Amino acid sequence: MAGAPLLSVERLTTVFDTASGPVTAVDEVSFEIRPGETLGLVGESGCGKSVTALSIMRLVVAPGRITGGRLLYRGRDLGALPEADMRRVRGAEIAMIFQEPMTALNPVFTIGDQLAETLAVHGRASGRGARAAAIDLLDAVRIPDPRLRVDDYPHQLSGGMRQRVLIALALACRPALIVADEPTTALDVTIQAGILALLREMKAAFGLSLLLITHDLGVAAGICDRVAVMYAGRIVEEGPVRAIFRRPQHPYTRALLASMPGVPGQRLTAIDGSVPAPGALPAGCAFGPRCRDRFDRCATTPPPDYAVGPEQRAKCYLHAPAATGVPGPPTHGPR
Amino acid sequence: MALVEVSHLVKRFRRGGGLLRRPSTITAVDDVSFAIDEGETFGLVGESGCGKTTTGRCILRLVEPTSGAVRFRGEDVLAYSPKRMRAARRQMQIVFQDPYGSLNPRMTARQIVEEPLIIHRMGARAARRERVAGLFGLVGLDPAHLERHPHQFSGGQRQRIGLARALALNPSFLVLDEPVSALDVSVQAQVVNLLMDLQRQLTLTYLFIAHDLRLVEHVCSRVAVMYLGRIVEVGPTGAIFAAPRHPYTRALLSAVPIPDPDARRARIVLDPAAVSREASLKEIAAGHWAEV
Ligand SMILES: Nc1ncnc2c1ncn2[C@@H]1O[C@H](COP(=O)(O)OP(=O)(O)OP(=O)(O)O)[C@@H](O)[C@H]1O
Ligand SMILES: Nc1ncnc2c1ncn2[C@@H]1O[C@H](COP(=O)(O)OP(=O)(O)OP(=O)(O)O)[C@@H](O)[C@H]1O
Ligand SMILES: [Mg+2]
Ligand SMILES: [Mg+2]
Repeated sequence: MAGAPLLSVERLTTVFDTASGPVTAVDEVSFEIRPGETLGLVGESGCGKSVTALSIMRLVVAPGRITGGRLLYRGRDLGALPEADMRRVRGAEIAMIFQEPMTALNPVFTIGDQLAETLAVHGRASGRGARAAAIDLLDAVRIPDPRLRVDDYPHQLSGGMRQRVLIALALACRPALIVADEPTTALDVTIQAGILALLREMKAAFGLSLLLITHDLGVAAGICDRVAVMYAGRIVEEGPVRAIFRRPQHPYTRALLASMPGVPGQRLTAIDGSVPAPGALPAGCAFGPRCRDRFDRCATTPPPDYAVGPEQRAKCYLHAPAATGVPGPPTHGPR
Repeated sequence: MALVEVSHLVKRFRRGGGLLRRPSTITAVDDVSFAIDEGETFGLVGESGCGKTTTGRCILRLVEPTSGAVRFRGEDVLAYSPKRMRAARRQMQIVFQDPYGSLNPRMTARQIVEEPLIIHRMGARAARRERVAGLFGLVGLDPAHLERHPHQFSGGQRQRIGLARALALNPSFLVLDEPVSALDVSVQAQVVNLLMDLQRQLTLTYLFIAHDLRLVEHVCSRVAVMYLGRIVEVGPTGAIFAAPRHPYTRALLSAVPIPDPDARRARIVLDPAAVSREASLKEIAAGHWAEV
């Protein structure tokens, strides 16, 4: 896909101040999303996916703060926008689907009122028109009996219905970009398939772009054009979806793909050890201590991005050009 | 003997009834029966909104069933006095589907996991603290973060706090409502392995509610498929995955996303008209029942 990026994230860094000092949750993260493109963001629990999403929306609150980098949306620096302008961007230009629906829904208003309010704020519809539009949106996200459900309060809905209401809220203003944080985790696979089909339709019809955070590699394979793999606050590999699944170049990506359930009844293949807590990262590559392919250099400094294929990059010394007197990778090198 | 036995469970919710609207009722659970053997992992899958969470909550009487019976070790749970029910909850625990809504935001992770131990007067302070730190490590969380509040954790970390809390009392029966839905495959593998290990060591019994069919196939010996409040198919997991009989089960299994960008599988879309409301469960193979 050619053309100027819709969103460029350049060396984004987000830090939380904690009792034991500042902790870097997102560490110089860079990526681009082009119009009509879906970028998947995958990675281990706690690696910084949601904080990345919240940073893009400028919704990180104290003790968290963005300490570095730039967010360019259609070439405009979102970081420089006054809050009032940013509020207009949110919803109308970039909408977010939050990971936990109950954090985003107001328990004292019906879902119909919340949808109508969003439509009204952005001048999309009002009064009776808004109610009709709300019902249409609920229908689009496969909520049964939308005419009845429109008057439900969030607590009267099942977990998956709440998640679909959140998707409806994000679609309400027909944004150019949706930042979707695990949007289908609470849905059974038939409804999930329906929602993914709906998103694909919106991509085709309106050129909708998506940043899709998911831990379901099947979902990523089905809808993403490109995939970025995050580990301990950094993007360790990024590339076209086929390359990531067929020719993963970072040992973490390979280990992640190998953790999918295989033979029923048997133990699942977990990656040994656990993600280092932000603030307690090892000196070199953050994945180093758990990596089967590590060698001396991995413990020195964090590896930079290396080009490992067309439009594919990985932060791994296995891919460092063998030169300049630095000890190279051991014999079993890149595969 | 079955550890948990649910028979003819019904739960109706009244809704609406505001100034202008007539009240209506929703039958969330519609005549559901199943039995779970001791040490078994029984899966419950089905369409979003079909009544899985409500079924799980009815068993623990977190919502009161409209009718039907729930037996635990042969005892009628619905006849328990509130005091007896509180004591029974030591044996029966739940990991809630919505980690955010179920964790008290004003408490620290330590307080959340320790609370059931205090309520049930288990152990002295020092022993409790040690147990809490142990549980934290067990679910793959860093005990250094015990003093944090729920909002300071990621979604998947919060989910594991809920699991640590549910495990605190060494229950014999656990309702796991989407216990790993927010976890990436690798951490999910750790948590699922932990659950399977605990089950073997302590003969735990699980009601495992999940959307991830690959995972269900992996961990459940038997599975029930729910559709619009009813169980439409139930049986050994292998049999159901190999030869699904009900149209909804077929649609469900055909929709599992394949982790391969080039895979294009024909998805069966369910025609709701194909689901007869008059059908009843019939045994179509040993232990494999379907509404036909
Ligand atoms: N308010 C906070 N104070 C301190 N640390 C925080 C805070 N919020 C998040 N963190 C930490 O930042 C890290 C990244 O969190 P984030 O929510 O982005 O993870 P994630 O990749 O979305 O994980 P998951 O898949 O579990 O949702 C985590 O280790 C988390 O504990
Ligand atoms: N407190 C309540 N008041 C009114 N209706 C409710 C209440 N709780 C649940 N319901 C309704 O009962 C039905 C079943 O909901 P339940 O939460 O059991 O579904 P579920 O199978 O767990 O779905 P999901 O997979 O989306 O979590 C839904 O139609 C829901 O709207
Ligand atoms: Mg998250
Ligand atoms: Mg539920």
